[in-house]
Amino acid sequence: MEDTEQRGAANGPLLEMRGISKRFPGVVALDDVNLSVSPREVVALVGENGAGKSTLMKILGGVYQPDAGEIWLNGEQTSIHGVSDAMRLGIAFIHQELNVLGNLDVAGNVFLGREPRTALGLVDRKRIHADARVHLRRLGVDVPTSTRLDRLPIAQQQLVEIAKALSLNARLIIMDEPTSSLTLPETDRLLSVVNDLRNQGVSVIYISHRLGELTQCADRVVVLRDGKNAGELAKNEIEHDRIVTLMVGREIKNFYVASRAARTPGFLKIRELRSSRYPGKCVSFDAAQGEILGVAGLVGAGRSEMAKVLVGLDPYGSAQVTLDGNALSIRTPDDAIENGIYLVPEDRRVEGLVVGMSVCENITLPRVSRFARFGLLQREAERRCADEQITTLNVRTPNREVLVANLSGGNQQKVVLGKWLAMNPRVMILDEPTRGIDVGAKAEIYRLMRGLAERGTVVIMISSDMEEVLHISDRVAVMHEGEITGLLERDDCSEENIMQLAVGRRVAVASTPERVTAE
Amino acid sequence: MKKEAGIAALLFVLCTVTAILNPKFLSPVNLTNMANVIGMFGIFSIGLGFVIISGGIDLSVGSMFALCGVLLAMALREWNWPWPLAALMVLLVPMGLGWIHGMLITRMGMQPFIVTLCGLLLYRGIARFVANDTTKGFGNAEGFETFANLARGKFLGLPMPFVLLIIISAVMWVVLHRSVYGRHLYAVGRNEEATRFSGINTRFVVTITYVLAGLLAGISGVLLAFYTNSVSPSTHGSFYELYGIAAAVLGGCSLRGGEGSILGVVIGTALLQVLQNLVNLLGIPSSLNFAVMGAVVLFGVLADQIVQRRTERRQLRSPAAAATKTE
Repeated sequence: MEDTEQRGAANGPLLEMRGISKRFPGVVALDDVNLSVSPREVVALVGENGAGKSTLMKILGGVYQPDAGEIWLNGEQTSIHGVSDAMRLGIAFIHQELNVLGNLDVAGNVFLGREPRTALGLVDRKRIHADARVHLRRLGVDVPTSTRLDRLPIAQQQLVEIAKALSLNARLIIMDEPTSSLTLPETDRLLSVVNDLRNQGVSVIYISHRLGELTQCADRVVVLRDGKNAGELAKNEIEHDRIVTLMVGREIKNFYVASRAARTPGFLKIRELRSSRYPGKCVSFDAAQGEILGVAGLVGAGRSEMAKVLVGLDPYGSAQVTLDGNALSIRTPDDAIENGIYLVPEDRRVEGLVVGMSVCENITLPRVSRFARFGLLQREAERRCADEQITTLNVRTPNREVLVANLSGGNQQKVVLGKWLAMNPRVMILDEPTRGIDVGAKAEIYRLMRGLAERGTVVIMISSDMEEVLHISDRVAVMHEGEITGLLERDDCSEENIMQLAVGRRVAVASTPERVTAE
Repeated sequence: MKKEAGIAALLFVLCTVTAILNPKFLSPVNLTNMANVIGMFGIFSIGLGFVIISGGIDLSVGSMFALCGVLLAMALREWNWPWPLAALMVLLVPMGLGWIHGMLITRMGMQPFIVTLCGLLLYRGIARFVANDTTKGFGNAEGFETFANLARGKFLGLPMPFVLLIIISAVMWVVLHRSVYGRHLYAVGRNEEATRFSGINTRFVVTITYVLAGLLAGISGVLLAFYTNSVSPSTHGSFYELYGIAAAVLGGCSLRGGEGSILGVVIGTALLQVLQNLVNLLGIPSSLNFAVMGAVVLFGVLADQIVQRRTERRQLRSPAAAATKTE
C-alpha cells in the first residue's frame, strides 16, 4: 500500500490543476486552465499582464477559491482553503514583494510564527539559529543568522525567504518575478539556486517576464493568454520567439481612428529623464501636439515613475523638458500645473481622488484658489465649474455633493479627468486610465482622450492593456527596465513588435531613443 | 451637522439636569465664571482642532501656557517692558514654536506625537528654569492696568475670554469652512497624497496649523495667566492639551484627520467645562473629576462610532442598488 503510493508519487505529477476557472465581476480571469508539475521539475509560467498567471498562483496559494476545477497533489484530490492549508501541503509562495520583516534577524524570519519554545515558554534561540543555518547552507548562503534582515540586500532577503520555505518542507515553491529587482550577478546566483532546489527534489513554478532566464532554468514553459492555456514548450523547444508567439497569438481587431488633428512634432521634448527608481538609466522622447502617444511595457518597466518625474512628484528625479520651444524647470507639482502638464495617476483612489470629499470639491481641488476672492471661496463659481465638468464628462452622479466614494470606478475616473480638463491641459499624462472600468465608460474615456488630442493637447497614455495601446495610440513608445527600447510608428504597431520591445529585444522597424537624442 | 446636534443635545440635557438638582448652576456668578473658562479653553481648543483635522496632534500646549505665563509676568514686572511689547512677545513665541513643530513634521518627516511630546517636556523645563522654579505673579498690575483689564474685564456684561472666543471662532469658522485654506486643510487630512498630486503645497498647509495652534495657545495663555494671577511654572497649564484634544474629539474631530468643525469644538469645550462645574455643584467628590470627564468622552465617541457603523451598514446595502442605477 505504502509502496504503491510512493511509486505513484514518484512517477505521476506532483501537482495537477485541472480545468480551473475563476471569474471576477465583469471579467473571466481563468477559463478552464490546466497546469501540471512533476517532482523535480521547474515549470516556467509566462504570459502578458492580465493573462491570469497571478490568479492561478493565488488559487494554488489558497488566496482565492476556484469557481470550477480540481487540484490534485501527489495523486490525491485536495482543496486549498487558505495560506496555512497551502503551507501544510508543502506549497510555498515567494512573492515579488517579499514578505519579510526587516526588524527581525535572519533566524527570526525563517521561524516566524512557529518559533520552537524552551521549557520556560520563551523562544528557543539556540535552536532557531542552528536550524536556520542548516537551511541557509542548503542554499549556499553564508550570512550570520543574527543579522537584521533590513541590513541584507534584496537578493539575500529573498534567499532567506526560500530558506523559510525549505524549513517548512516545501515540495513546491512558487516564485513570482523573483529576479525583477536583482542585479545580473544576483540573477545568475538565483538561477543556480533554482537548479540546486530541483536537484534536492523540490519543484518550482517560476514566473518571469524575463524570457532570457527561462532557457537557463526551466524544464518546461507553460504560456497563458487571456486566462486560457495558450500552449507549452518542452525544454528543447524553449526559444525566445516561440514564447512570444504563444504569448501574443491573438487577433486584435483594429479600432484605430486616425486623428484629424494637425500634428506639431517636437511640441514636447523630453531629454535625459531620470527617475529615482532607475537612476542609472535615462529616457528621451518627443511627443507631438495632437497625438496620443501610447507608452507600453511590462509591470515595473518604469513608466509610472517616468510620469511622476514629468509632473514634479519625484523629488529625486530630473529631466530636461521643452514645451513649445520653451525650456521648463519642473521641481514641484505646482511647476507642472503652472505649465499645463497634468497627470491622471495610476491609483485613482489613493493618488487621484479624495474619496471622502464630494464630486464638486474633488473637481475643483487643484484650482479652488482660482475661484477665490481674498482667500475666500466663491461657491457659486465653484459650483458652476463643477456642474460644467459633470455635464461635459457625463459623470453619472445624483448631484455634485455626493461623496466620490459612492461613485462607480468609471465615474470616479471621469471626476479625476474633470479636475484637469477645465484647466486647459497642454500635456495630459494618463496612467492606466481605464483599469478596472467597465466597457461603456472605457469608450467614453477613449473619446475624451481623442477629443483632447484634437484640440491640441499632447496626450501620453501609459497602459498595460495591449488592446488599448493598439486601439488608441498614434505612436507607441515601449519601455523595458527604465529605458525606452523603441518607438513604433502607427503602421508598425503590432502586438508582436510591442512584446519584443517590452522584453528588451530590438525590433528593426522601431526607432531607438539614441536616434531621437541625436536629432 | 448631525454630530454637532448630538453633543449639543447632550450639553443641553446636562445643563438642565444640573440646574434642576442645584439651582445655583444658573446663578449669575456661576454662569459668568463658566463663560470665562469656556472662553479660555475654547480658544486653544480651536487651534488643536485645526491640527487634528490636518491629521496631526499637538501635546505641547499646556507647557506653552507655563512658558508664556512666566515670560509675560517677568516681562511686565521684572523687565518692565511696555505691555504691548510683552503681549506681542507672548503671541510670537508660541507661533514660532508652532512653526518649528510644523517644519520638523513636514520637512524632516518626524511624527507629530513625538515632536510635540518633546515640546511638552522642553517648554515646561525652560519655563521652570527661566523662572528659577519660583511662582511669578502680576501683583496689582501696576503699570499695565489696561492690559490686565482687557484680559479680565467684561464687554456687554460678558467676560472678555468669552467675547474673544466668539470673535475668534467666527473668524476661524470662515477660515475653515469658507476659505481656500480650509478646503485644502480638509483635503490634506483626508488624503495627503491625492492633495499633493493636485498641486497643493501640503507641507505649507500642515505647518500653518501648528502656527495657528501656537497663536491661539498664546492668546489663551495670556488670559489664563491673568485669570490665575500667578504662574507657578511646574504646574501651570499642566494637562491642558488633553482638555483641548478631548474637546476636539468630542466635537467630532477624528484623530485620523479630515474631519471636524469649529462649532463642534466649541460645544465640546463647553460640555467639558459644564461637566467640571457639575462635579462641583452636585457634591461629587472632586477626586472623581477626571474620571467623569474620561467616561463622558469615551461614551460620546463610542455613541458616535455606533451611529456611524449603522449608517455604513445601511449604505453597504444600498450603494449596490445605487451603483447599478448610476452605471
